[in-house]
Amino acid sequence: MASANAKAEPLTNGKLKLMICDDSNIIRRKIERELQIERLQVIATAANGKQAVEAFRKEPADVVTMDITMPEMDGIECVENLVKIKPDVLILVISALSDKATAIEALKKGANGFLCKPFTDRQLTEALEELLRGAGNDD
Amino acid sequence: MMTKVELETFVEGTTHYFATAANQPASVGSPYIVQEGRPTVQEFTGLISIAGKRRGIVYFTASRPMLTVMLMRMGETELTQENMCDLVGEVANTISGNARRDFGKDFMISVPTVLAGEPEKIVTPDNIRSFVIPINWRSHSAQLVVCLE
Repeated sequence: MASANAKAEPLTNGKLKLMICDDSNIIRRKIERELQIERLQVIATAANGKQAVEAFRKEPADVVTMDITMPEMDGIECVENLVKIKPDVLILVISALSDKATAIEALKKGANGFLCKPFTDRQLTEALEELLRGAGNDD
Repeated sequence: MMTKVELETFVEGTTHYFATAANQPASVGSPYIVQEGRPTVQEFTGLISIAGKRRGIVYFTASRPMLTVMLMRMGETELTQENMCDLVGEVANTISGNARRDFGKDFMISVPTVLAGEPEKIVTPDNIRSFVIPINWRSHSAQLVVCLE
């Protein structure tokens, strides 16, 4: 089990590690396929929060895209767990739940950004770029 | 009983979904009440249970040919039964989730239940009217059914 402050081993190509968590296979594949940010490399995908925490403990990602409504463990609880494992992880919540209260709750738990479904490829790219800029990871 | 404004939330959500996710706008018709019998069920149905401030179900039902084209328009190359089930669930989940912008956080939505055929498994409460929102997209038709207390 990873320690409470697990540090990610950087990829040898200098890219940031990305984990995609969504219960929809279509959405996971869409994010992976349309990813247009060369600095990111997908290292894991998960279909629910529980799977995401397990994968994250084995290999902590630098950036995570996170759905909220999922079986087993929802995205809000998962965000809380991932931040405990690696406090500097960058988390973009991608959810259909478009009320302000849900977005605020996700941000309070440690998420860094919120993208509402449905989204275009361009909106996804912009949201991830803004996430990286906010963390000082821009080129 | 749902109000006209509440129904408009689902019409707008449906319109937004097709324009954004399916990369082509749909013609979304005016909602109508099912007068007799059960609402339409096609080959694939994604169903969301609603709890909290409102109770009931929302489901999206569509044919295999329509879902095949939707997947292709989304850039998906695996046109499998599993992905069609996934898609109807995602459509129902997205439109229901978007409705929280107007209904608020207490409009609690379940994870999707997906049915391939099996219309007998979709049970709308007898004491609540079901509204059907007709969707015409390319040459295909689908329905969003909203049944809320």
